[in-house]
Amino acid sequence: MTPFALVTYFEPWWIQIIKALVIFGVAFAILPILTVYERKLLGRFQGRYGPNRVGPFGLMQPLAEIVKFATKEPSRPTTSVGYLFRIAPAIAILTAVAGLALVPFGDVQTIFGYRVGLYGIDVSVGPLYVFAFAGISFYGIMLGGWSSGSKYSFLGAMRAAAQLISYEVSQALSLVGVIITAGTLSLTGIVHAQRGMWFFIPQFAGFLVFMLASFAETNRAPFDLVEADAELVGGYFTEYGGTGFVAYLFAEYMNMMVVSGIAVTMFFGGWLLPFGIHPPGWVDPIVVIVKILLFITFFIWIRATLPRLRYDQLMSLGWKILLPLATLNLLVTAILVAS
Amino acid sequence: MTPYDPGADVIEVQRAPIPGPVRGTYRAFGETLRGLKTTFARIVEGPSTLQYPEEKTPVYPRFRGRHKLHRFEDTGLEKCVGCSLCAAACPADCIRVVAAENTPENRVSAGERYAAVYEINLSRCIFCGYCEVACPFDAITMGHDYEMSDYTRSDLIFTKEMLLAEPIERTPLRTEGE
Repeated sequence: MTPFALVTYFEPWWIQIIKALVIFGVAFAILPILTVYERKLLGRFQGRYGPNRVGPFGLMQPLAEIVKFATKEPSRPTTSVGYLFRIAPAIAILTAVAGLALVPFGDVQTIFGYRVGLYGIDVSVGPLYVFAFAGISFYGIMLGGWSSGSKYSFLGAMRAAAQLISYEVSQALSLVGVIITAGTLSLTGIVHAQRGMWFFIPQFAGFLVFMLASFAETNRAPFDLVEADAELVGGYFTEYGGTGFVAYLFAEYMNMMVVSGIAVTMFFGGWLLPFGIHPPGWVDPIVVIVKILLFITFFIWIRATLPRLRYDQLMSLGWKILLPLATLNLLVTAILVAS
Repeated sequence: MTPYDPGADVIEVQRAPIPGPVRGTYRAFGETLRGLKTTFARIVEGPSTLQYPEEKTPVYPRFRGRHKLHRFEDTGLEKCVGCSLCAAACPADCIRVVAAENTPENRVSAGERYAAVYEINLSRCIFCGYCEVACPFDAITMGHDYEMSDYTRSDLIFTKEMLLAEPIERTPLRTEGE
């Protein structure tokens, strides 16, 4: 009997723990670099340098900031709901990390005689798992905004609720095309199905819809109405300072990595390389991480370019354009695959 | 019941045509791509930031920076004769001059008298350059130094010795055509 989904474990339990720690550690090592990378790249896009004073090339900037944030006095508004105010950032970061467990960084390798899959878990319901945790991650934002007891936070949380719900539909539908083409829900299986051709060529419409919806899901510009620094002074995390703020920041970047990882897995062939290049197995994680970084670069590029959408534009784009497009893409794919 | 008539003072607002599906798609994607090209051109162009403490903004030759007092190059005597015309011309009242007589044993300036005390309070100075204009002997001129911040107000009162001393040339001069 399978309780929730078929999870194919073939490693001993201690390898799974090591694997989880390594993935978690590497991801958390990349995160601070990402923050400084984003700010430096954003600076270049705007004709300036970005942070370059702390350490060589400003690379020590995140370290200085983490020390600063961690030593801040914890405080919360008197109107806030105490335990929810503390739990909310934890939910945000927990769901982001849970999503990361699914991104396959490589195929099954033999390390010291043990067969090890270079991914957290390989469940038979891959994308559903991702969307389940994306659905929970919205509680992190919602509870954080609501329990702050501040109007700005509350408005940000309300916007987040509406935005995430309306974009999650098209995001999920855009992936169904890929799932139909691959014929499997397992993410490693989907990567294996892309040996002939990466799915962004046959599923280009789906890829576009997925990317647009991902920008909205991760609350990135031009869909950052949730944060909207200019009007909402930061949105749902207005009242957070110190570690709570860092948790939300890291959750946002982690979500960006997860979404990029899913995009790489679903549309850009995961650890596969084009032109029939087959490097040895240990190169796979590097390939995946480089692809993820390219996607994040694209995220930053978009942020530097596009202004924030108006709220009604956001809604009409989601419901009137992306959802019909995703449905049409799904129907055409289904007909083509079935015939 | 007659239909509502807004009257002649309501003007029809001119609006751009609502884009159709093709034009709308072009707007959404074409213009986005154009925007992406614009921002990418900034990366290719490189930053235009001046890394200030390391690189300094070059000044023009007539830039009015910190004052300098001058000596005659051949005799080494001070040009200032302590006439206080600069103090009279100063709109901010930041110059204090106390004159004294030159004696044959102690000859400081070329004229009859010299400035025993010459102080400029740079925290009051507005760098208008009137002192330079008022001076009949070109004894005081405006230099190119603009880095004058200090920790206390009293440090900003520059004495005659400080103004006479050759300033540390910290400011680059703008070249011809720059």
